[in-house]
Amino acid sequence: MPDTQADIDREIADISTAVAKAVAGGEPEPEQPLRDYKPYRSTVLRHPHQPLILTEQADTELRGPVFGVTDVTELDRDLTRHGLGEPLGERITLTGRVLDRDGRPVRRQLVEVWQANAAGRYAHHRDQHPAPLDPNFTGTGRCLTDDEGRYSFTTIKPGAYPWRNHLNAWRPAHIHFSIFGTAFAQRLVTQMYFPNDPLFRHDPIFNSVPSEAARQRMIATYDHDLSSPELSLGYRWDIVLDGPSATWMEEGR
Amino acid sequence: MKPTPSQTVGPFFGYALPQAGGGDLAPAGHPDAVVIRGFVYDGAGDPVPDALLEFWQADPSGGLDGQPGSMRRDHVNGSFPGRDGVRFTGFARVATDADGHWAIRTLPPGATGPGRVPYISVCVFARGLLRHLYTRIYFEDSAADPLLASLEPGRRATLVAVAEPGGAHRIDIHLQGDRETVFLEFR
Ligand SMILES: [Fe+3]
Repeated sequence: MPDTQADIDREIADISTAVAKAVAGGEPEPEQPLRDYKPYRSTVLRHPHQPLILTEQADTELRGPVFGVTDVTELDRDLTRHGLGEPLGERITLTGRVLDRDGRPVRRQLVEVWQANAAGRYAHHRDQHPAPLDPNFTGTGRCLTDDEGRYSFTTIKPGAYPWRNHLNAWRPAHIHFSIFGTAFAQRLVTQMYFPNDPLFRHDPIFNSVPSEAARQRMIATYDHDLSSPELSLGYRWDIVLDGPSATWMEEGR
Repeated sequence: MKPTPSQTVGPFFGYALPQAGGGDLAPAGHPDAVVIRGFVYDGAGDPVPDALLEFWQADPSGGLDGQPGSMRRDHVNGSFPGRDGVRFTGFARVATDADGHWAIRTLPPGATGPGRVPYISVCVFARGLLRHLYTRIYFEDSAADPLLASLEPGRRATLVAVAEPGGAHRIDIHLQGDRETVFLEFR
């Protein structure tokens, strides 16, 4: 018998209660997902059992790869312009800033996104669920942050989609983000969610972040000032990179 | 400021993140090029066919400035022509194949300072990994390196690539289990 949504909901609630109890007992509130998070079944065999080795910030991890205008084209940030015609769905403009833990802008670094189309289908060979592909939407984009750390994309609001974690499992709508900081140790891959999604409470990936406050940091805000008349709805989402910052080295760069 | 939480790269990154020539760090035909390869395994010893690995390293002289062009795009038609065949960017990105295998072709990293032991920094992403994992690839087990020196020999060996007959360097990544790779946290 496959696990049901009720089984998963119960596991999510149990872990959330256990974490809340630990926090009440003086443990720090977790800012990141639990690596070993059983409701998301694929974590079971894929998380290390040994503790991570705490290592001095070393020179290689404190610097990082460089991406420039050769790696990005002007059109890459507009995912609605990659086909011959208009993609289906609700057009959105999405912008925000990439900052380090001290609130400093992360400048001229690569931000990559990928997502399902409006029907919830990825243009990926292994996504075979019966929702239509959109010939005018591939769902990948990239840009470099500007001097204020700002990124921006024009795209389509992705649909929810099913997956096989348990019976009747559905992912809330999300856009995958990959961000480089100024140091390799600031690397982040995450997912951005849309406000008020009814699937939040059922999704083990979203809930793998056991603190409500931290989960809120993955949700974009609707911002009417970013909406364009007769064109698109606007969302804002700021990103804060964890890990040691290399900003102190920038002067010597 | 509090950090944005990490989330898994998921199973569907394959059409977005890996690029043409992503693992070919060394300029074509370079006489010093080396192949580094291995498999990624889960806790049951099964290969992981949906992992993404990133590599960042010093150039052969130990320089860490990096160069753009790892994901060079054609500004006329938007395609990915690959690297320019000259610049050494220091960055590679490859996905594991259906067998869980990966390979990169690079130039050996140089020491970044007197007494430093060269290594390649590795970042591991996969479906089922809610946070990416950092590790390193060394080419010799040297007590001069503070990280290697701090580990007991069995665990230390998980960070050192082994030269194969044929000239490639082999290092496998075990996410979990008896031969679990040493994964790192930086503070
Ligand atoms: Fe997804």
